[in-house]
Amino acid sequence: MTAITTTTAPPRVRKLVGAGRRQWIGLLYVAPAVALVMLFFVIPLGMTAWMSLHNWPLMGEHSFIGLGNYWAILRDTRFWNALRFTGYYTLVVTIAIFAVAFPLAIFIERPRPFTNLYRTMFFMPAVVGFASASLLWSWLLNVDSGLFSPAAYDLGLIDRKFNLLATFQPAFWSIIAMVVWKVAGFTMIILMTGLQSIPQDLQEAAVIDGAGPFARFRAITLPLMRRTLALALILSVAGSILAFDQFYIILRGGPRNQTLTAVYWIFNQSFVSFKLGYGAALSMVLLVILVALSLVQLWLLRKPEGLD
Amino acid sequence: MAQAMSGRGKLAAHLARHSTGIIASVLFVAPIVWTVLSAFKPAQEARLPPLPPWPTSGFSLENYATLNSFGDGLWVSAQNSIYVSVMTVILSVIVSVLAGYGFSRFRFPLKDLFFVLILSTIMIPFQSILTPIFLVLTKLGLHNTLTGLVGVYVTLQLPFSIFMMRNAFDAVPREIEEAARMDGAGNATMLIKVMLPLVWPGVVTIALFAFLGAWNEFLAALVLMTDQSKFTLPVMMTALQSGRFGAIDWGAVQAGVTVMMVPCLILFLALQRFYIRGLMAGAVK
Repeated sequence: MTAITTTTAPPRVRKLVGAGRRQWIGLLYVAPAVALVMLFFVIPLGMTAWMSLHNWPLMGEHSFIGLGNYWAILRDTRFWNALRFTGYYTLVVTIAIFAVAFPLAIFIERPRPFTNLYRTMFFMPAVVGFASASLLWSWLLNVDSGLFSPAAYDLGLIDRKFNLLATFQPAFWSIIAMVVWKVAGFTMIILMTGLQSIPQDLQEAAVIDGAGPFARFRAITLPLMRRTLALALILSVAGSILAFDQFYIILRGGPRNQTLTAVYWIFNQSFVSFKLGYGAALSMVLLVILVALSLVQLWLLRKPEGLD
Repeated sequence: MAQAMSGRGKLAAHLARHSTGIIASVLFVAPIVWTVLSAFKPAQEARLPPLPPWPTSGFSLENYATLNSFGDGLWVSAQNSIYVSVMTVILSVIVSVLAGYGFSRFRFPLKDLFFVLILSTIMIPFQSILTPIFLVLTKLGLHNTLTGLVGVYVTLQLPFSIFMMRNAFDAVPREIEEAARMDGAGNATMLIKVMLPLVWPGVVTIALFAFLGAWNEFLAALVLMTDQSKFTLPVMMTALQSGRFGAIDWGAVQAGVTVMMVPCLILFLALQRFYIRGLMAGAVK
């Protein structure tokens, strides 16, 4: 901060003479940001790689074991189960989010009476945090004090109260419902920006050519929205692969550890069992998966040739 | 006849459209309203299923009082959350405005490298580097402190907010700066007096995202804050909901969730256009 206040050098003259030096001042402006990124991103990233080659307990000495942790991962069936579950969850939840968000985006795309109001309503759960949403739904899903099971019972739909969180299928689909409720509004806005960027006259020309709504959607809407779709897809996939809050808060990884996600397993290894080195190796695996996904993202988001 | 038909058809279309809109709106808003209303029930009633959602045996603040009696209390966690969120907003705005200005208006060595470095952190999930972050904070003597948590949250905001601010500064015409420089404005004056008013909307956007990010973050707070007196609201509420303080009091959970949700909703409703602008800026780029 002090650096900035001292940079009020004589004006005018330096526009010519001090131009080179003045440019260097830029380094001071970006310095705090670079320092923070170094401290909380670059150094930890290097440490993760380094720690993953060690047996590193919370207390006591750590020892170098080479690729030992990675060999252990290969035999860690629980990690692979967690990874498989994470993949399954990502697939299901992404489809579910799009199935809800796309119609909503079409619904609010054109400015018509009350559209803004509807958009605001649909979006409200998206600004609530995942932790708050999870706590809220853990109450709604509770068998005795919640809403769904008692309401179904009172309406006579079921003859005795049913614990939605006791077995895998209902518990899993409850989480899907909660995440769709929370995230659909967000995806809707992203998709809406894509829809709005499609020139209206293109649609009208297709109507004149006799194209039905389905044909128009396939031949115009989808291709022209490719980059937006890719972005919404990547955000949803990356977010889902890193899912933790909802499974920790609502299900604690249960029933019978069937809903442990990858991040949850890393959390358990690192901060419950305190196997920091092993947790770091698991993190590296997750990191590689996500960086690979980011590269796919860059490829999907590349500017289409000729268009745009 | 045909005209009457089309009139009726139009009416039917309107009806279909608005009933769809209303039903969908209710589905999205109902859980929020349900919780906020239920939290005002007396403790006895809050334990029963929320049918109907509003209090039937009188309006009460009992649940909030109960919540304040668990562990270090609601108020301590709320203060922690407020402190962490406000500090994250202030610091990430300062750091991002400076960096955005630097990246937009100056040429210096390693500029592109630094910019790419900052943006590329968005690809790296912080979930995978939490352990070393924990160790770095310990080295700095900041483990289990709210200040340390703020540092982590500010860093998480940087790729988005620096990108936003750089674009905001890029959009300011050079002529304005030239004119101000002719009038003898130095770098600092230029930034604060001339540029800041012009990029103000961008600042509001990044401040809003920083607040929501810090207020709602769970995993880092869970891992880095080990002392109950340092718990933020999400961590404290999860401890309560897991039965750490004895039998789960669902009335207290409703009250806690309300406290966690309401600031986000108010800020969003008040600053909606800035929020949508931020999303669009991210989506278009």
